[in-house]
Amino acid sequence: MSRPHAAVAASANEADQPTSLVLRFGAERPLALDGGGSIGPWQIAYQTYGTLNADRSNAVLVCHALTGDQHVANIHPVTGKPGWWESLIGPGKPVDTDRFFVICSNVLGGCMGTTGPASLRADGDGPHAVDFPVVTIRDMVRAQAALVDHLGIESLFCVVGGSMGGMQVLQWAASYPDRVFSALPLATGAKHSAQNIAFHEVGRQAVMADPDWKAGRYILEGTRPEKGLAVARMAAHITYLSEPALHRKFGRKLQERSAPTFSFDADFEVESYLRYQGRSFVERFDANSYLYLTRAMDYFDLAADYDGALVKAFKGTKTRFCIASFTSDWLFPSSDSRAIVHALNASGASVSFVEIETDKGHDAFLLEEPVLFATTRGFIDAAARARGLDGTGKL
Amino acid sequence: MVDTFSASVSAPARVDLLLMADMIAPGAKVLDVGCGDGTLLKILADTKGIDGRGIELSREGVNGCVAKGLSVVQGDADTDLADYPDDGFDYVVLSQTLQATRRPKEVLEHLLRIGRKAIVSFPNFGHWRIRSQIAFRGRMPVTENLSYSWYDTPNIHFCTIRDFVALCDEVDARIERATALDRTGRPVRMNLPWSVWNLLGEQAVFLLSRKD
Repeated sequence: MSRPHAAVAASANEADQPTSLVLRFGAERPLALDGGGSIGPWQIAYQTYGTLNADRSNAVLVCHALTGDQHVANIHPVTGKPGWWESLIGPGKPVDTDRFFVICSNVLGGCMGTTGPASLRADGDGPHAVDFPVVTIRDMVRAQAALVDHLGIESLFCVVGGSMGGMQVLQWAASYPDRVFSALPLATGAKHSAQNIAFHEVGRQAVMADPDWKAGRYILEGTRPEKGLAVARMAAHITYLSEPALHRKFGRKLQERSAPTFSFDADFEVESYLRYQGRSFVERFDANSYLYLTRAMDYFDLAADYDGALVKAFKGTKTRFCIASFTSDWLFPSSDSRAIVHALNASGASVSFVEIETDKGHDAFLLEEPVLFATTRGFIDAAARARGLDGTGKL
Repeated sequence: MVDTFSASVSAPARVDLLLMADMIAPGAKVLDVGCGDGTLLKILADTKGIDGRGIELSREGVNGCVAKGLSVVQGDADTDLADYPDDGFDYVVLSQTLQATRRPKEVLEHLLRIGRKAIVSFPNFGHWRIRSQIAFRGRMPVTENLSYSWYDTPNIHFCTIRDFVALCDEVDARIERATALDRTGRPVRMNLPWSVWNLLGEQAVFLLSRKD
């Protein structure tokens, strides 16, 4: 049985009544889905920072990763922690909220206020749960485009995101080339690799093996597959780090003890750390959302929509791209980024690419990486000059 | 303009860049292969309003370029030029890099395919100082501009000006302009036969186009 928990209760409310701005679409304005059919009524939850200028030309769309949400630069309503990308986004930061109007929305299929498996059905018959349609990265982007339309923004100054967020950036650039002035896909790929699909499958199986998952209908049954979701998070978390980073942080150090206990207690610091990561994740994340979002990533193969030729996805694009990868990222290795760069070069696009040396693995895009900040700042400032956005902060 | 530079170690390189910049028309689309810290692209962007792109092998170089707002990708002339489409650029520049490539002939062919014009500069291994080090000391040459020892040099394919002229012929390149630079980085201004430039030029800058 799951323990009653204030944060859990808060996160359940977030799925329908989020602590965010919400744009609602009635049943007469359904969202078409790649898997066939559509969903409606539906809603999209979002946060904004800064001010939209008179030309509506200074909007930056931030796309979040698998377990992120729209709270990119404010205190999180469930965890009470700072925004997940405050290193990059805020006043005076590379994505400067004094200059730019920053939008970040919860993805379709998420659990923080945009319609997803934990959202209540229109017919009052409880949450969608596993009756929710499988969605794709392109569906997420289509939902974001509806929000951007609603905000009256014809063309985004920049679309930025890492990992699954980077997939959305690439999809934006391919689907709406005229609406994306500049694009910053970080630590990502144009398709999900077999190895990444394999890790995701381990996570999904862990969730579904939890008896509290109840064939996906745990909310109605009053249970939560916390153990399964925690194991999924623990396994995934390892893929976000690197062996040298784990060694540097934990080595073989023991957790608050001087000798092994000859038991299956968390003797090692690294075990204790992973258990903590699993525990804290389940407080804020819906297990079915995790299934749907990992599936969306697995299905992502941008070239497949263009006769298998990635270059065709970017044909004639005027978007300025800046791509960054990290040397120790084995989830989205630099070779994935280079494949995007090659396609962009072949299509004659304006593209910059940096591979940043770090031992922090895939998560490096979220962390303090001075080279990443210098790169993104240089790229964004140059793009702002090209867009005619002055640097004085006057809008 | 050229004469204002002192004969410091870096001066010849700067002169080489300015000479190249002189060869490029305003507003052109330029790919700088081996663009280093982006000095030439920055000069061209600031003075000629070109649409510039760069390829650079070193991570530090790329990071510096992107931070300056230049469109530069980390890449290798030997492997990555194949991804660029035909006639994608008005000019492709290869500055002091040809001798460090594994397959200089293929690289040169790519330059001529990707750009309507190619600009190539390289150190001249036929310079008299280099010849004399081999001839009289019997040692691999180490000079101010080529300061590496044989065992740690990145320069694996040295050529002389005459070698390069022969290669141009082999790949059907038309030599539109050629300039040899002397030890102080000044152009050898006299119109002299290749054999004399080959002795006096420490570096050479060639403007090439396809013969077709």
